Amino acid sequence: MTSALWAYARAGFHRYATYRMATAAGAFTNTVFGMARAAILSSAITTSAVTAAGGRVGGYTAAEVVTYAWVGQALIAPVHVFQWTELADRVRTGDIAVDLARPVDLQLSLLAADLGRAAYSLLPRALPPMIVAALTFDLALPGTPLPYLFGLVSTVLAVTISFACRFVVNLAAFWLVEVRGVVGTYVAVSNLLCGLLVPVSWFPPWLDLVARMTPFPSMLQAPLDLITGRAVGPHALTVLATQAAWVAITVILGRVVLAWATRKLVVQGG
Amino acid sequence: MAERHRDDVRPGPLEPYRAIFASRVRSQLAYRTSFVFDLLNSVSFGLLEYLEIYLIFHNVAILGGLDRAESLLVFALARSAFTLADLIAGPLDGIPQHVRAGTVDVLLLRPLPVLAQFVLGDVNLRRLGRLALYAVVMAWALGEVPIAWTPAKVALVPVTLIGGAAIFAAVFVVAGAGQFRLLDGGEFANGFTYGGGYVASFSGQVLPAPVRAFFTAVVPATFTGYLPTLVLLDRDGPAGLPAWLGWFTLPVGVIALAVALLLWRDGLRHYQGGGG
Repeated sequence: MTSALWAYARAGFHRYATYRMATAAGAFTNTVFGMARAAILSSAITTSAVTAAGGRVGGYTAAEVVTYAWVGQALIAPVHVFQWTELADRVRTGDIAVDLARPVDLQLSLLAADLGRAAYSLLPRALPPMIVAALTFDLALPGTPLPYLFGLVSTVLAVTISFACRFVVNLAAFWLVEVRGVVGTYVAVSNLLCGLLVPVSWFPPWLDLVARMTPFPSMLQAPLDLITGRAVGPHALTVLATQAAWVAITVILGRVVLAWATRKLVVQGG
Repeated sequence: MAERHRDDVRPGPLEPYRAIFASRVRSQLAYRTSFVFDLLNSVSFGLLEYLEIYLIFHNVAILGGLDRAESLLVFALARSAFTLADLIAGPLDGIPQHVRAGTVDVLLLRPLPVLAQFVLGDVNLRRLGRLALYAVVMAWALGEVPIAWTPAKVALVPVTLIGGAAIFAAVFVVAGAGQFRLLDGGEFANGFTYGGGYVASFSGQVLPAPVRAFFTAVVPATFTGYLPTLVLLDRDGPAGLPAWLGWFTLPVGVIALAVALLLWRDGLRHYQGGGG
């Protein structure tokens, strides 16, 4: 079982490593958005009269919010905050019947492949924007290795949560013919609540409460807080524990929904 | 009598376009439930964009020299223009898939311009949902901001929308032309199309000067929202970006489209088949 999953992870890695041009293009787009978002958010802090709070907005200085924006752009490809319908497509075409007949767990094999994809995309999608960021902005990154180590663990957990959520949403294809609307709405909601647009600490209390009840802050804000050294010591461990809890919840949810869906599945022909 | 007469006449020059467009519209309306979900989906992404600005102004009062209502006017103008362009020229995003699938060959064989076929072949009516949302935001913002209205300023609003749509359509066409060469690198284009659309919906003052110059002179994004808003408000622009440029969105759009069509011809000439 373990060797099969390892093979899936390797396959996921190599599948994306084949398309170097696409990777470069993606990194370019991340860089354009990183530039725009860093400029917008830092301008929001520097031009508004917030000297009372020590030049901070929602706990961020201009340099910190710039770092948040760029590291965020570096992480969104590995974490994959975008549309994903691969599983739904296989349900629609009926290929899912073949997948379910394989002697390897559907959810875990796809998770392994997704972790392989994330492992490949991490350096080529994260380094170019971060290099441009370091050349064009003052960044507030920690100078010790521990935050990056925590950040790496946190990113693996974030990818796992992201995958587990996409897996559940894709399972809607067992009940709906066209899942584009469902997947799109999921992406919109998760992008808002994961802290991609503005840091979660900028949310008004009601939205903060909503976000806390979802796994989404654990998908992006959590690794961001650890990498940038906002969450250190016991706080860092709390963040990781919260993420681990969401991994358990979302993975189990996916297994329950899959079991429910497969009871409904009727495979035609043969 | 009229019916019989119609059969005798050759179809007009625009008839094929009407037929393609009508077939696309019918096909999208055929599955009502899916279409309603698509509309809601489109609105939810518009809401997401709106929420980004709402959340920024929940924390600060001024962004790039503009307050919330002024920023929302920039947002509504630029996003409406972008979405109008996307409604029409957005399908050009899919050129790599068409090249790989070999369907470009089919388009080349038909006695109609390839660009027109791409553009009409996949009109995305669901974008209308988002346009409705922007219209609401624009109406609110126009009522909220202090504008000393003159007839010229009244005319500037619709003219800016048309010019802005032409600008973004030109960006989509240039990006599409580039995709004949890039293929797997198709996402490079996103930096200019979606990146330009994103940058356009904020005050141009926030951008570092070289980036601002790029998104004014190369990808004329600031012409679609920020500069016309400065004109409406009688404000000065940041250094190197005089506000009077905001009167020229339409001419810039026309020039951009003309350049884009030239580049499109060049790009199409580089098409070498799908290798199938």
